[in-house]
Amino acid sequence: MTAPPADAPTARLVAFGRALRAHGISTGTSDLVDAAAAAQVLGYDDRERLRAGFASALLRRSSERRLFDDLFDVFFPSALGTRSVVAQDDPLPPAEDAAGRRARAAALRDELATALARRDRRAREEVVARTVAILGRLPKDSTLGAYSAAQALDLLAPQTAIAAALERAQDAGIDVPGGSGDGSGGSGGAGRGLASRFRRDEMRSEIAEFRRAVETETRRRNAEARGSERIARYAVRAPVDQTSFVLAGPDELAELRRAITPLTRKLATRLAARRRSGRGAPIDIRRTLRRAMGTGGVPMRPAYQKRSTSRVDLVLLCDMSSSVAGFSRFTILLMQALASQFRRVRIFGFVNVVDELTETIATAAPGADLSGNFSDTARMTKWHSNSDYGTAFHDFADQHLDAVGHRTVVLILGDARTNNTDPGLDALHTINERAKAVFFLNPEPARQWSSGDSVAHLYSDIVDMHECRNLAQLRHFVARLLPV
Amino acid sequence: MPEPRFASVDDVAARLTGVGYIASDAIATTVFLADRLGKPLLVEGPAGVGKTELAKAVTEAVAGELIRLQCYEGVDEARALYEWNHAKQLLRITAEQGQAWDELRTDIFTEEFLLPRPLLKAVRARGETVLLVDELDKADQEIEGLLLEVLGDFQVTVPELGTIRAERPPFVVLTSNATRELSEALRRRCLFLHIDYPDAELEQRIVRQHVPDLSADLAESVVRLVNRLRMLKLRKSPSVAETVDWARTLIALGTDDMTPEHVRDNLGVLLKHQDDIERASHALEL
Repeated sequence: MTAPPADAPTARLVAFGRALRAHGISTGTSDLVDAAAAAQVLGYDDRERLRAGFASALLRRSSERRLFDDLFDVFFPSALGTRSVVAQDDPLPPAEDAAGRRARAAALRDELATALARRDRRAREEVVARTVAILGRLPKDSTLGAYSAAQALDLLAPQTAIAAALERAQDAGIDVPGGSGDGSGGSGGAGRGLASRFRRDEMRSEIAEFRRAVETETRRRNAEARGSERIARYAVRAPVDQTSFVLAGPDELAELRRAITPLTRKLATRLAARRRSGRGAPIDIRRTLRRAMGTGGVPMRPAYQKRSTSRVDLVLLCDMSSSVAGFSRFTILLMQALASQFRRVRIFGFVNVVDELTETIATAAPGADLSGNFSDTARMTKWHSNSDYGTAFHDFADQHLDAVGHRTVVLILGDARTNNTDPGLDALHTINERAKAVFFLNPEPARQWSSGDSVAHLYSDIVDMHECRNLAQLRHFVARLLPV
Repeated sequence: MPEPRFASVDDVAARLTGVGYIASDAIATTVFLADRLGKPLLVEGPAGVGKTELAKAVTEAVAGELIRLQCYEGVDEARALYEWNHAKQLLRITAEQGQAWDELRTDIFTEEFLLPRPLLKAVRARGETVLLVDELDKADQEIEGLLLEVLGDFQVTVPELGTIRAERPPFVVLTSNATRELSEALRRRCLFLHIDYPDAELEQRIVRQHVPDLSADLAESVVRLVNRLRMLKLRKSPSVAETVDWARTLIALGTDDMTPEHVRDNLGVLLKHQDDIERASHALEL
């Protein structure tokens, strides 16, 4: 039996699967078979249903959803060509020079404000199409295509439309929920006044949606010009799993926060893993003899001493200097999550002097944004504001060594860039000898270790050093590398 | 190929609505596919978005029987698959003192002495069945291995009896809160569905379905309040169930609009942590 030749939709699907794989979503052939079966059952009429069907067959976890959606839009665009809403005969001057473009941007911003005020989704979609067509057009074609979402959004500055939209909504009395309008937000029912207080925040998230829509539309236009596969390779964002901690933006941080909490719970259970009672434990003579009463004094069933649950303490030692600023945002997230999971965790931060942060973190509300609390690193610096691992390790060994016992696991988070000062290997030795285990998590890719002022190789001779650039690597560390 | 349960995606949506579950288009599509492709449905999402409810609604929509395996730490083969009724076997042995050993041996390992647990029950069931494996992430990794045979081929092997195959594969729903990564092997055998908080329009329909006395205006206010709360970074965001509770609270209070006082006094219905309540009242300027 020979397989029938692949038709166009199948070829498209296979290319889509390849693009997903290239971005780290593992889709096997069997998944593609399922997706094809789904497409056959659903048909190609309803694009959103097709999207849902493909997602159910090809996705394994929700963190991959955003990337999936981006790629789906590239490979299965809603339509080709310019949208009909982009008028051919526009009264405004062509957007050749800067002034012309600004005028266009102002006009579009105005339309966006109206659409927001009326909560008119369709009108907003139209603004998206025209924003990309008019403002996103690059003067020269780049390798990625003729349109740029960044340029369009820079010119439009959609967040500035909120104020105008609110004003307009107030004037028209549209802001009253239900729209039937008995007076403006202020003089209407108090309850409506309360709900309309949220309007500003709702608009903010609508603007975020608008930005995403512009990016999608840009990809659609570019994919048409440059081919789906090329756009798929360069123009979609990596899933949050693969996003480097150092580069994570606020959106990604929120996602990271959600992903980290279950991970720390797992870390907690792995570290505190109870040994099965009885296995290898010494015999408890007293209880064995007592049990023997029931069998006429013959000790048939030995009783073993109960092992106390090993309570592993955790000590975190984190580089808080500005050179790892992005990473330390992640560090703070991890610290917060760990503090809520472990009963006994102590957290120290350093730039070149060690300061205990346990109090600050443990007493903060969960989910609170603490990055501001540590921007002032006065208590962690002395003489200069560059990170100095050697001095910090010595300082820790002198001042806080009592925090480390034979059950303690020490996690050091930092890039091991010590600005050409003494690496303080003997202090690290001291810490390592006292602790049950020491792990060094380094946010730099392994190929950059020991380049420049990094002393990663010196440290990795003493303690286990692991590359920990993104969530996937952290997950790997927790699941595989961490010995129980 | 067994008879499909649903005719089309719209049919799924309509029948789920008929039993009081308002499904988004994505949910209806995936349920339809799970039925047509004969694959188990793995549902993930935050607590309280109606993952378990979905299984119950499908059961009702197909007029079947729901067999539920509630997972917990330490759930094992004997709880999930089957167990031999030892006590009864012993009784049998003592009752038949004179019987030859060979006869007896074949005798005590028959259906009569088998205690079926949810997985075996679902495979052996005659009529329309929905198997719900709830909170799979709470169970240990080993149980997933056990599920592979059941989910892949809809069969169970009992060494003494042989392989039992399902006459009509049950509709399988697995739910997970993603506190643990499920194994790739298991994920590969399932269709994946992530249920998130519903969008505002859908949530209004859900609220009005559950609380028909609520006016449209008030339902909109309720949903806007809840969506605003979800935007805050809270320890536990209010779920759909809590939205419905909140709507019921408003009805119980006998009010036709939502004042800041009402919200302040009854925020405990929506938020379950003291610091969440404090943060919310601060952010909403109550």
